[in-house]
This record gives sequence, structure tokens and C-alpha cells, in this order.
Amino acid sequence: MMLDTSSILDKNENRETRYKMRDTRNEFYEEVIIAGFGGQGIMLAGRLLAQTAMKRGLEVTYMPSYGAEVRGGTANCMVVIAEREIASPLVSKPDSLIVMNKASLTKFAPRLKTGGLLVINSSLIDEEPELAGSIDILAVPADKLAVELGNPKVANMVALGAYLQKHGLFGPDAAAACLAETIARRYHHTLPVNTKALHRGAEFAKTNHR
Amino acid sequence: MCGNEALAEAAIIAGLDAYFGYPITPQNEISAYMSKRMPEEGRVFLQSESELAAINMVFGASATGKRTMTTSSSPGISLMQEGISYLAGAELPAVVVNVMRGGPGLGNIAPSQGDYFQATRGGGHGDYRTIVFGPSSVQELVDCMPLAFDLADQYRMTVVVLADGILGQMMEPIVFERKPRRKLPPKDWALTGAKGREQNIVRSLWLGDRVLEEHNYKLQAKYEQVQKNEVLCEQYEVETAEIVVVAYGVAARMVRAAVDRAREQGIKVGWIRPITLWPFPTEQISKAADEFRIFLTVEMSNGQMVEDIKLAAAGKTPVLFFGRPGGGIPSVDEILERIRQLTIPAKR
Repeated sequence: MMLDTSSILDKNENRETRYKMRDTRNEFYEEVIIAGFGGQGIMLAGRLLAQTAMKRGLEVTYMPSYGAEVRGGTANCMVVIAEREIASPLVSKPDSLIVMNKASLTKFAPRLKTGGLLVINSSLIDEEPELAGSIDILAVPADKLAVELGNPKVANMVALGAYLQKHGLFGPDAAAACLAETIARRYHHTLPVNTKALHRGAEFAKTNHR
Repeated sequence: MCGNEALAEAAIIAGLDAYFGYPITPQNEISAYMSKRMPEEGRVFLQSESELAAINMVFGASATGKRTMTTSSSPGISLMQEGISYLAGAELPAVVVNVMRGGPGLGNIAPSQGDYFQATRGGGHGDYRTIVFGPSSVQELVDCMPLAFDLADQYRMTVVVLADGILGQMMEPIVFERKPRRKLPPKDWALTGAKGREQNIVRSLWLGDRVLEEHNYKLQAKYEQVQKNEVLCEQYEVETAEIVVVAYGVAARMVRAAVDRAREQGIKVGWIRPITLWPFPTEQISKAADEFRIFLTVEMSNGQMVEDIKLAAAGKTPVLFFGRPGGGIPSVDEILERIRQLTIPAKR
């Protein structure tokens, strides 16, 4: 882990910081927004992504939309994964965007960086967005595949698995290994189906992406 | 673990004996966490009937010599100001966490830095100060909790930890460390049952000819010690900078990213990040202002800390401001644009 644990607070002195300038042009810096309805497991997908990245020794921040989240409302979260200390946990222009419903596509797609990756839940979004610039679009029928796996609730994991496969940051196995520590214990009976869903999404991305 | 839960655990590790609080977004995870963990540790968790009750329960618990804390968000902190003033008058240690949200009034639940004035000027009535931390990451939030309790006990005053909705809600990797503590004076003033000793009296009412004036001088001497010994701030490339951006809390993170990008473009810019907002790093700002540098203060407010920067710079250099109030968050791009604008006159 690259986390610097010796805090400036310990020293009780005011000195030039150890903070080193980041060369933002050459370093790995992935900003992701995951968005959809409340109840689609948006936050869980984001937390799992963050947890997995942290376990891989990367710096990470996870920032949920908060306060008024209810089932059926809108929900989104922002995850930043980097090699070095992360400045802003807020993502204005994501490198990657995972949208689970139409409203989220409309809201967030225009913010996507040129050359960015857009993962669309094509079960609920029937049209491809008209976007300026080159964008990599991966349409995944996440709900349909989740139903085929026997649990419609794991559409989030299907989409995340597809994203991980397409992006290549790490495989679905790495995420699956972090499921147990991310999901509340009372839902641990769903670990197998969540694991399957991650792999199903990855498999779909491998075989169906043009 | 989100920032709220992390600071709660850090407080428990720091020896928190009793937590009192009343729910408010965006800091509800603190009381939820405390309600589970404090009973596990055999310590006190109590959800009070109001913020007024919470701060006065803190007063009571502190008077018995226990480590105690309450947490809330902006509107709730306003309700506690009377109690905080009484804590100051009675010289009782306490830790108050404010996970700031947009104001004034009930405002909204978005992150904000609009309570800087309230926190650093005392907030309640009378001549008093509170020590104020403005951490900028979840790790720093965790690190400042044990220090907050130690300073509260050492100086017998309230320490405010000024977080905001982002810090409270976000998750980052953290490490809890049990570090050696400060050597603290015994709490021989506490109300512990006066068996075999003179009775102790904890009060903030000081009647009689000049008694309160003398009490205030005593408090003032204490605050001067704090100002002298406890300032914390972080600086980056100030020596080589023509422009110095000053920000605290999460706003400082956006500033850091903007400054990195500005330096890539060849702009001579650095930053100063106050960690203690009171005592304020007046000396550090003043020193940086000795040579001509343009100061830009970035806040999630309409401009509050900027007044302290101006006081510190004392007219030596121009002090400009950029901020967004009411839950608005200055983006890295916006800050970079402000920095770039400042370079135009510098090139002439």
C-alpha cells in the first residue's frame, strides 16, 4: 500500500510538505461514475470497485451521492483510482461511465471524456446516445443476463464485470475476491450469484464487443 | 468505511467515554456507528432529544472528567452555541464535530464551508475561542481525533473538528494508529465525589467585583498559549511561487490538483493549507506575504477565511477570492482558470 501513514499532525511542526507534484499527463488516473436508480446496487458496485482497487495497492476514493436516496430515485457514485495521492474525490469529467438507466445516460454521458468508456445497461436503455467525439460504447443487457443467472438484483455486478473486462484494470476474479468484505454479512448468501454475475458480465464484454 | 464512521472509530480509540448526539444529514453514520460500538466497549451512547440536550449532556459528562464528544451538522451546531459558550466559561474540555452542510437556515445537505466564521470566532456569546481543525482527507480526519481530545484536555477547552459532507460521506483507505499521547495534567478540577478533598465547583457564572474580568484574562492567556504552540499548516512550493493559493479542508484538494496542472503549464504557483483554522497560521501567511505574491483564497463559501488571510497579509500583497456558497464546490477547472487569469497581469 502506498498510503503514507505518518501524518503531518504527529510532528506538530509546520514544514514544507512532502507532497510531490503529480505529473497528471503520464500517470494512471481513472475516474469513474456509476449511475442509475436507487435500488440497482449502484453504491455497492462503486464500493466493490474501490475496495478491489485498494486491495491491489492503489490509491482510491469513493464518493456517494447521499441524503435523499430511496429505491426508485436516482443514485450515483464517483470512484477515483490512481497510483498516487488523489486530489479531488469529485469527478466532473469521467474516464469511464457505467449507466444503469436512461435518466443517468442523459445526465452523465455529455460529461464523458473524449476517448472514454461508456457502459450502458441495454436492458433499460434502448437507444445509443448521440455523442460528440470518439467514445467507446459497450452495451450490456445487464438485467437480462442477471435474470438468466436467477437473480435480477445482480445486474449491477454484470455491468461492473463488463466494465472491468473492457477496461482491463483488473479481472472479475479480483473483484469477486473482495465481495465478502464489501457486502453486508446478512446478504452473504448472495455471494455465489454475485460472483457469477461479475464473470458473466466479463464474458459478455469479451465475446460481444465490437 | 466512510469518513463519518472513521472519525467515530478514531474517537473510540482515543478514549471517548461518552457520546451524545442528535441525528442530522450528512453525519448520521456517526451516531449509527456509535450506537453499535460504544455499548460494545461498555461506554456511553445516548441519542438525545435535541442538539441543546446533547451539548449540555457533554457539559455534564465533561465536568465529571470523562472524555466526551458530540457531532452534528451546521444547523445543529448553531443550536449548540449556548452550550459551547458555557463550556468555555467553565473551562471544560469537549470535542465537537461539525460535518458542514449548506446554509444559512436549514439550507441543504450538500457539502459546504460556510461555518468558518462560527467555528473560528467562538460562535456563542462572550470572549472565547475554540481550537478548530480543518482536515482535508479521511486519514487526516482520523489522525486529528486523538489530537483533538488531547488538546481539549490539555487546555480545558472545546475543540471543533470542521469537516464537511464530502469528508463525512467519502471513503478512502485509512490506517488507525495508536500513537503515544501527550502528557496531560491530572483532571483535579473534575467532579468525582469530594471524598477526602475540598469540593470542586464547575461554573461559568462569575459575579463580584472584577471577578469575571480576571477570569477572562486567564482564558485569554490560555488562548495565547494555544496560538503560540498549536498552529498546524502545510505548504507547497511557496518559496518559488508568484501566486499562492490558500485553502483548507476538501477545497484544498481541488486546489492541489489545480496547482499541479498550473505548474505543468509553467505557472509559478504554490499553496498553503491551514490545518488548524484557529489558531490560524498567521505567521506563515505573513511570511509568505513579505515578498510580493498574489494570494488567492479558495473556499466553499462566499469568503470567510479570506478575511484571516487579509489580516495576516496586512496589506502587503493583494488577496483575491474565489468560492462557491450553498453547497457549490469549486471545480479543479474553475480554480485553474482563476490561477491562469492571475498570470496575465504578472506577465506585463
